[in-house]
Amino acid sequence: MEKTPKWVDVALIPLLNLLIAFVISGIVVLLIGEDPIKAIKVMVSGALGSPYGWGYTLYYATNFIFTGLAVAVAYHASQFNIGGEGQATLGGLGVALVLLAFPWPHWSIALIAAMAGGAIFGAAWAAIPAYLQAKRGSHIVITTIMFNFIGAAVLNYMLVNVLRPRGSMDPATARFGPATHLPTFHDFPLVGQFFSKSVPANVSFFVAILACYLVWVLIWRTKLGFEIRAFGRSESAARYAGISPVKIVMAAMLISGALAGLMAINNVMGEAHRLVLNSVEGAGFIGIAVALMGRNHPFGVFLAALLFGFLYQGGGELALETTIPRELITVIQALVILFTGAFDNMLRAPIESFFVARANARKEA
Amino acid sequence: MDFGTIIEILDSAVRLGTPLLLACLAGLFSERAGIFDIGLEGKMLMAAFFSGAVAAVTGNAWLGLLAGVAGSMSLAFVHGLASITFRGNQLISGVAVNFLASGFTVLIAQSWFQQGGRTPQLSGNGRFDPITLPGADAIKDVPFFGPIYSNLISGHSILVYVAFAMVPITWWVLFRTRFGLRLRAVGENPESVDTAGISVIRMRYTAVAITGVLAGLGGVYLATGLAAGFVKEMTAGRGYIALAALIFAKWRPVPALGATMLFGLLEAISNRYPNIDLGVITLPIQFMQAVPYILTVIILAGFIGKAIPPRAGGQPYVKER
Repeated sequence: MEKTPKWVDVALIPLLNLLIAFVISGIVVLLIGEDPIKAIKVMVSGALGSPYGWGYTLYYATNFIFTGLAVAVAYHASQFNIGGEGQATLGGLGVALVLLAFPWPHWSIALIAAMAGGAIFGAAWAAIPAYLQAKRGSHIVITTIMFNFIGAAVLNYMLVNVLRPRGSMDPATARFGPATHLPTFHDFPLVGQFFSKSVPANVSFFVAILACYLVWVLIWRTKLGFEIRAFGRSESAARYAGISPVKIVMAAMLISGALAGLMAINNVMGEAHRLVLNSVEGAGFIGIAVALMGRNHPFGVFLAALLFGFLYQGGGELALETTIPRELITVIQALVILFTGAFDNMLRAPIESFFVARANARKEA
Repeated sequence: MDFGTIIEILDSAVRLGTPLLLACLAGLFSERAGIFDIGLEGKMLMAAFFSGAVAAVTGNAWLGLLAGVAGSMSLAFVHGLASITFRGNQLISGVAVNFLASGFTVLIAQSWFQQGGRTPQLSGNGRFDPITLPGADAIKDVPFFGPIYSNLISGHSILVYVAFAMVPITWWVLFRTRFGLRLRAVGENPESVDTAGISVIRMRYTAVAITGVLAGLGGVYLATGLAAGFVKEMTAGRGYIALAALIFAKWRPVPALGATMLFGLLEAISNRYPNIDLGVITLPIQFMQAVPYILTVIILAGFIGKAIPPRAGGQPYVKER
């Protein structure tokens, strides 16, 4: 049997799915009595039309790269990690504890320590569902959903009862020391004067790009990555080849949780400079759409994260300038998940048979 | 704690447990037929919005009910299309359904009512009023039985009684009818059902549709029975708690009643007593809120009995050629 060309699989089908998602979103906008063309214009100019817009787009994209990579790594081991939200929440707690524990002299040292804190807490929050899946057969999807809620409760408890500064009514930690504030795009040489001071995109963006590269190396250039992919393709074959399922599930989920936890260097350390309730703002869930859209490849995740960063920032501007609420992004996100994930066969089956038929016809000719 | 307080807490446990019960039974039909449904939350939310909106516009709670169930059914159809016809990943589809509802409801609510994503306050016939059962007022003052009958059993909206009636009905349908036998077989061993000449696809779509109706009723009760109108994200994780209850009940209807009422009771207690002082330690409200999720993890890990889902759950059925 002929295979479909690779470009069809990695580019054509995702783009067509995306197109359907956008067309339906456009129809929804029409139905609520707004002009979709104007909506797109507002989104584009709001997200890309100014350095301010770019700064926010890249800030959101940084979050989504981390959570998208988290979902993707787990997916290669055929584990659907829906717990990015909880792992990123706990990652935030780890980052905050590290930054509050010690008067850090310089942001660079603080960043490394905070990355360790975020990654360890995120990995730890993924470790329990992973262990229960690997050893006791609990369904990873259900346990990670439950751990999202438990994580929210843990954070709520910590902020209200433990970390809240004396005399403050706000369920949030104290502010981190000024030395720990990450340089934003405004502080960079050359591009600095281009971005204004209020732009939140910061050095974490480059950490995220590095993470993309490292995940690529891990999955396609290491023995562990090979084992993860083999296990993800066929558990029984991998088991027969002597790959330990417990080891693979644990390794993939720990790395996944660590990546989700790392997100906190961007939103907690880089932007808010303190830990507040619900600082993850659904980025853990957007990671699902980003990974599906990016076909679980780090480069695809990077592109999809940029797209969702654009949608997020553009959607915010939309809510400011029109009467369309920013929940439109949630609808677009849902449609992207639906068409690139659940309805994948709808386009794939006819397109693949088209290419197979064409290849066969050429062979006969 | 006096007797009156206990009755009050139990009464509010019934109210809070009812939407969970309806959603849990909804999930029961779907998952027994082999379709995992983590989209219960979205279906309830959609139903809550459409029932609230239509009841607000028409002033008729029954029209609201129809609209709410229709909203939930449309998402059930999307889920069916993804997981039955296109043989997609049921978990991903459920996630999409939840987001679809979460975004859609606010989007439409804002464009209809311009009240920040909520519907106008419902009153009069727009709500399902409490029903006073016969004789409830007469025996109110009888000690012990009086308060139980008139406060705890009587005085709920019709949907509460429907939900409770659904427990024996579900049991009877699943375990005493031919339809139920086939439905369960489709979730355990679809090949055998197919061999017997019964359409797996039709059985699964039917199950998913029943799920849409029941989850819809759960959402309708939230907006027109428990509260007076729809508020953004008003399901607040109840769909996931219903899922937890389903696992807790090991996919059986009568234990589902027990599990959902237990979770309703936990919510009622934590609403009334935010912090519970046990003498040695004080249980914070956050712990009480997390208990259903923690219990589910413990059950799933097999530490208290083993929760074994239907065998063909989550797998699309591919007919052999």
